[in-house]
Amino acid sequence: MAPLCLIKKEGVEMGLFIQQIVNGIALGSIYALIALGYTMVYGIIRLINFAHGDIYMLGAFVGYFALTTYKLPFGVSLALAMLIPALLGMLIERVAYRPLRKAPSIAVLITAIGVSLLIENLAMLWFSPDPRPFPQIFPLRPLELSGIRVSIPQVIVFITAVILMMALNFLVQKTKVGKAMRAVSQDKEAASLMGIDINRIISLTFALGSALAGAAGVMVGVIYPRIQPLMGVMPGLKAFVAAVLGGIGSIPGAMLGGLIMGLTESLVTALISSTWRDAIAFSLLIVILLVKPTGILGKSMREKV
Amino acid sequence: MLEIKNLHVYYGQIHALKGVSFVVRKGEIVTLIGGNGAGKTTTLKTISGLIPLKEGEILYQGESITGVKAHDLVSQGLVQVPEGRHVFPSMSVQENLDLGAYTRKDKKAVKEDLDKVFHLFPRLKERRQQLAGTLSGGEQQMLAMARALMSSPKLLLLDEPSMGLAPLLVREIFNIVTEINSTGVTILLVEQNANMALSIANRGYVIETGRVVLEGEAASLAANEAVKKAYLGG
Repeated sequence: MAPLCLIKKEGVEMGLFIQQIVNGIALGSIYALIALGYTMVYGIIRLINFAHGDIYMLGAFVGYFALTTYKLPFGVSLALAMLIPALLGMLIERVAYRPLRKAPSIAVLITAIGVSLLIENLAMLWFSPDPRPFPQIFPLRPLELSGIRVSIPQVIVFITAVILMMALNFLVQKTKVGKAMRAVSQDKEAASLMGIDINRIISLTFALGSALAGAAGVMVGVIYPRIQPLMGVMPGLKAFVAAVLGGIGSIPGAMLGGLIMGLTESLVTALISSTWRDAIAFSLLIVILLVKPTGILGKSMREKV
Repeated sequence: MLEIKNLHVYYGQIHALKGVSFVVRKGEIVTLIGGNGAGKTTTLKTISGLIPLKEGEILYQGESITGVKAHDLVSQGLVQVPEGRHVFPSMSVQENLDLGAYTRKDKKAVKEDLDKVFHLFPRLKERRQQLAGTLSGGEQQMLAMARALMSSPKLLLLDEPSMGLAPLLVREIFNIVTEINSTGVTILLVEQNANMALSIANRGYVIETGRVVLEGEAASLAANEAVKKAYLGG
């Protein structure tokens, strides 16, 4: 059944609009999950981790192999797709970034680009560059909510993203380790005088950010069931834009920026044309940064994890 | 309690400490005085493990802590209050204090210490939900000291607690330092305000360009002509 037939004729335009908002929120929550990793790592060591988009790709592949080759249940696959990228994120930090802790930031940035290219090419070597179909675990049958079609995968993605973000927020705001993370992001020297092992906290931050990106990789497989080794490049860049848009270093900013990115893309595709999608999304970045250089929720001087 | 032997520290090519040695005994207040750039802060940071040393030895409670990282010393009771307070500005007073107790697992004792700290600094209790960055300079200094006390220190290293504070507030801070000392905490105090420092200390060391040039009882240092001339304003 064609989707729009279900909507009353005079309601078509409005229905389409709301439909695109639903799509945009689903896509936006994926961007938000990736953006969180950028913003947390930036908040704690002032590094734009360009390999982050590739971690997201690896999450998608771990999920893929867990679901197909090993026939694991979805929950277990998602957990693995968070755990393995988390370990990898820690390894990357330990091997590539920690030795450069005192190096000029440009050296670290170039290293990050190098790590990104390394992961992409290893992935093409191991997984082959051909796209693979992500298994469809959830029925594609849409749910009807007063004329708006919401697909079950979209609902799953949105709910999972919200749960993960709430968990992250709880961790950062309420737990001892979260306090330590904020302390390290605000003042490293003072943090170590409190007895906080800074390297451990930085390592943990990479693990958390990478786990969220890994989850996003599975989420994207659930909605857009095609994965390939270079799939992380564009979403990685857009999630980075989302993080900057929201105010890099700010966790709520990354969530908001992700949603704005997702909604913009989805609405531009529907109302204008998909060719304009990326151009308008990135123009939005330029406009917002011209008006507010620190991003929507970013503060100058003070930075949060 | 603390024994510093022949400490040499470099910043790149600059030889900042050229063989500093001194002793802090249990229960004392010892002060390091000296001008700007003499090496006082460097000495403290080297003891607390923030700066690596080139040569020399640091003994704490009879054991070498040379090369031990800052975060591993806190749980041993060696705690530094850094110059310029360094409170966590985007966190509440309460969260700052919680971080002070980061290495401690004895929840009950931590809670008792929190009450003690609030007794010592009643103003912090009033402001416990306020962000530390919005406190006044004096309140931030109190918070930095209170935060250090939350880690249950045996030896407290205080770096310029009077910096940038009004004279009345300086007196208040120094009274509190004496009070902390009376509860059994040994104190190593670095100060530019030599007058104040010598008035509460048991003993003192004068540091000039990376060397200890004079040492003695606080009272005799305060009476020393050279010290008077150089650091006490006449």
